[in-house]
Amino acid sequence: MAVEPRRRPESARGANKARSPWREQAESYLTHHRKVAEDSARRLWHTPVASLMTWTVMGVALALPVALLLLLTSLQGVSAGWESSARVTAYIDMDVPLEQARALRDEVSGDGRVAGVELVDRDQALAEFRASSGLEDALDYLGENPLPHTLLVTPEEGARSAEGVEGLVRFIEGMEGIERVQVDLGWLQRLNAMTDLLARAVWALAILLAAAVVLVIGNTVRLSIESRRDEILVAKLVGGTDSFVRRPFLYTGAWFGLGGGIVALILLQLSLWWLSGPIERLAGLYRSEFSLDGLHIDGALALIIAAMLLGWLGAWVAVKRHLDDMEPGDITGS
Amino acid sequence: MIEFRQVTKRYDSDHTALRQVNFGLERGELAFLTGHSGAGKSTLLKLIMVMERPSAGEVVVGGQVLNRLPRRQIPYIRRHIGVVFQNHQLLFDRTVFDNVAMPLEVMGASPRDTGRRVRAALDKVGLLSKEKMNPLQLSGGEQQRVGIARAVVNKPPVLLADEPTGNLDPALSADIMNLFGQFSQVGVTVLIATHDIALINEMNRRTLTLDHGRLVAGGASVMGGGASGR
Repeated sequence: MAVEPRRRPESARGANKARSPWREQAESYLTHHRKVAEDSARRLWHTPVASLMTWTVMGVALALPVALLLLLTSLQGVSAGWESSARVTAYIDMDVPLEQARALRDEVSGDGRVAGVELVDRDQALAEFRASSGLEDALDYLGENPLPHTLLVTPEEGARSAEGVEGLVRFIEGMEGIERVQVDLGWLQRLNAMTDLLARAVWALAILLAAAVVLVIGNTVRLSIESRRDEILVAKLVGGTDSFVRRPFLYTGAWFGLGGGIVALILLQLSLWWLSGPIERLAGLYRSEFSLDGLHIDGALALIIAAMLLGWLGAWVAVKRHLDDMEPGDITGS
Repeated sequence: MIEFRQVTKRYDSDHTALRQVNFGLERGELAFLTGHSGAGKSTLLKLIMVMERPSAGEVVVGGQVLNRLPRRQIPYIRRHIGVVFQNHQLLFDRTVFDNVAMPLEVMGASPRDTGRRVRAALDKVGLLSKEKMNPLQLSGGEQQRVGIARAVVNKPPVLLADEPTGNLDPALSADIMNLFGQFSQVGVTVLIATHDIALINEMNRRTLTLDHGRLVAGGASVMGGGASGR
């Protein structure tokens, strides 16, 4: 029987509630969520071309800033590597004997900003040069060793900033018997400045593209809201809460995000594979350790979660704009 | 169960849909709502459904004054009101069963409970054998009965019907009215908006008549309990 004799409907409902404890309520709530999630996914699956296009748009929009961020991280890795190996080379006057050079070494190494000093005496330097330059015969023509004693100074961790190194350079330059101090940090500073600029540009681009993703998903979800108008009106009519009505669309947004994230990962992996050969060659030419790292598993996961959140956010925008003011008032006619 | 106290609904300055309407319906009462087109029948039903808010006066359903109901609470009121439409408002992308199950779904009923109650409702309207069909495969009268099953599946204390027999032949109309009569016998308050004078006369029930937004007949008697005026 659909309708049982019922003197007091309120108490009948109460009894019903008592029969289904909160555990059953929670269970049916979860069941409902799963059902809605599955249903939303199935709807996307049923229009594969349209869904794939949305996924691709989203994938491209996500892959671009992520690729630039990866490049940036790799560049920063390069400059960080150089910074840690930043060394100050001090050339000692030609007429300074080895003992005095040793004294200079001890003096420099006594400074707080210095992690270590290596003295390369002129004979050793000549031997190294001979071995590495291939100019053995030419050197033989020179009557005497043209190379001075050299101090290779490694700055302390804390003194590796541009200013710290500069101070150290001034200190060594001021010492007796030092002819010239060389430190090649200029290009490193320029690289740093460039990566800083690039980082800002990439973040600005990422924000713009994220906004684009939200709008694209918002528009797609708006269309899906329009096409399910009847269903929404009936659901509201029979007492569906706003969150009940929103739920399928929010799941739709999240699924769009998932697909977009996966497409972005595939695009990243493809372009990485496409670029890895040339990059290796280029880095080899510069004797650099530079390598373009792909996303690790946690990065990939973060990308997919971020994509799903963006999709969800886009759906939320659409739902807020178009769903909440949909009222079944016009359903009844006049 | 339903009470209108001096209810006025004004859409804009020159269009007043309802003027100072007063009436009350008891639990288990079945009444007709009639009047010419544009007399305010739909507006009256919409006020009960909280699709519209009154400009003045109070609408009380189940002891709750709807005027001051916050927006968030509206869905919970609607769960206590079943509605049947002339064009039934069925969804053609799902089965008869799923259509009838919607009010239970929005309440978060368990699947077991849903199955039991949907089949009970379909049994009541005589369509149990068609639960797996698409509403498109059904005749007009059957579709209307699916709409009724959906309206009563969660056993609401109030049942509203807007021209429920508009497209049906007299025999089917009588069937449907019979169903409404049965619901009222088990304690459901039923209010049926209709043009069908013949049907109203046949049923011999209380009739609320609207004329240009005024309640001109059937409204006076029941205020705060007592007998129903027929």
